[in-house]
Amino acid sequence: MSIEIKKLNVYIKDNHIVRNVNIVLPEKQITCIIGPSGCGKTTLLKTINRLIDSVEGVKIEGNVFVDGQDIINSGTEITELRRKIGLVSQRPCPLPMSIFDNVAYGCRINKMFKKRRQLIYHVQKNLKAVGLLEEVKGRIRTPAARLSIGQQQRLCLARSLAVQPEYILADEATSALDPISAKTVEDLFVKMKENYSIIMVTHTLHQALRIADNVVFMYLGEVIESGPAERVFHHPQHELTQKYLAGAFS
Amino acid sequence: MKIARKKKLKENVAKLFMWCAMFVVFGLVISVIWTIFSKGCKAMSWNMVSKLPGGGFYIGKEGGFLNAIVGSLYIVGASTVLGLLVSIPVVFFLNIYLKKGSKLAYLARLAFDVLFGVPSIVYGAFGFTIMIYFGLRTSLLGGIIVITLLIIPIFIRTMDEATRNFPRDILDASFSLGATRWETLKVVLRQIAPGIATATLLSVGRAIGDAASVMFTAGYTDSIPTSLSQPAATLPLAVFFQLSSPIPEVVDRAYAAALVLTIIVLLLSISGRFITNRFSKNKV
Repeated sequence: MSIEIKKLNVYIKDNHIVRNVNIVLPEKQITCIIGPSGCGKTTLLKTINRLIDSVEGVKIEGNVFVDGQDIINSGTEITELRRKIGLVSQRPCPLPMSIFDNVAYGCRINKMFKKRRQLIYHVQKNLKAVGLLEEVKGRIRTPAARLSIGQQQRLCLARSLAVQPEYILADEATSALDPISAKTVEDLFVKMKENYSIIMVTHTLHQALRIADNVVFMYLGEVIESGPAERVFHHPQHELTQKYLAGAFS
Repeated sequence: MKIARKKKLKENVAKLFMWCAMFVVFGLVISVIWTIFSKGCKAMSWNMVSKLPGGGFYIGKEGGFLNAIVGSLYIVGASTVLGLLVSIPVVFFLNIYLKKGSKLAYLARLAFDVLFGVPSIVYGAFGFTIMIYFGLRTSLLGGIIVITLLIIPIFIRTMDEATRNFPRDILDASFSLGATRWETLKVVLRQIAPGIATATLLSVGRAIGDAASVMFTAGYTDSIPTSLSQPAATLPLAVFFQLSSPIPEVVDRAYAAALVLTIIVLLLSISGRFITNRFSKNKV
C-alpha cells in the first residue's frame, strides 16, 4: 500500500512544472516534501489525487501507482481514488454547512451508512479523533464557519478521515494557523501515521525535522534528493540540499 | 500646517459631496413612495384588491383590479420558477464544469451581457413574432415565456457574479472527498444562496413591473385566467390603461394599482433580505 511515482512530468500550458520525478512514498510514515516556493511541491501533491485535472491546460506524463494501480493511464475511477486519498489544504476550508454536516458530507455522498444512528456515531468518532468533539459539544449543528481557524483545520482533517482514506495529503496544513493550533494539528499527524500514509508539503524545515520519517527535496520541479529524514537532514548528499538546509535560499 | 489644512478641506468637500448624493437618493425613494401612497390611498379600498372589474369600471364605476394582481402573480411566479430552472444549470456549467479561461464561457457571458441590455419591448416584439408563427393568441403562457426570457439574463448575470468568486478551495475540498461535480452542486448552492436570493429579487422586481413585454403577449382581460391559453391582465398594464383615462376616479385607481405594485415589490425586498440573511449563515 504505497505510492510509487515513475518518470512523472507535469506541464501547465507551456510551463514544465514537475520534471522527471521518480520516488516511492512509503506506507504508514510521514513523508515531507520540502523545497523553495514554486518548486512544484503542490503540483506534485495534487497530481497524486488528480485534483490537478481541473487546472486549465494541464498535461501529465509518466506513472503514479497507488496500491499498484497506475492512476494516470489506466481508466481509474477518480472519485474512488480521491476518497482513498484525503486532502488537507493550506487554508482551512470548511464547507458552507454545519459542523456535523461537514463531517457527514463525505459519508453521505459515498453512501457509507444506511442508518442515521451509525452516521451520527461515525461523525462523533472522527470529531473525537481530532480532539474537536468536546470543544463543539452543544453546537455541532451550528455553521462550521463560526469555528476558530485552528478548529476549522481540525474539522477539515476530521472530514477527510470520515471517508476512511488510506493516504492523507497535507498541503502546508499548518502554515495558516497560530503556533498552538499548528502544534495541535502537527501532533495529530504524528498520531495518525499509525493508520495512514501521510504525504505533507511543508515550508517549515523545523516542522519537517520534527515529524518527517522521509523527506523529498524538490528544486525547480525536480526531485534533488529523497530518503529517510535522518539521512537527508544530517548527511545530505547533494550540494543544493546542503545549501537549502543551511538556509542559503528558501 | 498648510498641507494639513488643505487635506482636511479636501476631505470635508468629499464628505459633503457624498452626503448630498445620499440625500438625493433617499429623497428620491421617499418622494416616489410618498407620491404613490398619497395618490393611491385615495382610491384604495378592500373592493379594489378583492374584486374583478365590474361593468363600467373603466368609467369610474364599481369593481377592482384583482384580475391584474392575480395575473401578475401568475406570470411572475411561473417565470421565476422557469427562470431559476434554466439559469442555475447554466451558471453551474459556466463556473464548475468549464475550466477557468474557457472560450465558451467567455462567449456565453458576452451573449448574456447582450441579452441583459436588450430592452423589454424587444422581448415583447420577439415573443409576439414567435406567437404569430405558432398561431398563438395573447395568453398567460405567452406572458410567462416572454417574462422568463426577459429575466433569464438577469438571473444568470447576478448568479454568475456570485459564483465567479466561489472559493476554489471549497470545490477541491468537495472533490477530494470523492464527490462528483454534480454532487458538489449542493455545496455550491449553499454558498451562493445569498446570490440566488438577490438574483431572484432583482428578476421578480423587473418581471412584475414590466409593461412593454406583456402588452403584446399576455394581453389584458377583466377576468382571472383559468388556463394557460387565456389572456391575463397585469398590474403594470392596469396602471398604464387607467392612467391615460380622462376620468379622475380612474386615474386615482391607476395610482391604487401602482400602490399595490409598490407594496408587492417592497414586501419582496424585505423578505428577500430576510431570506438572504438566513441563507448566509453557513457561508464561509
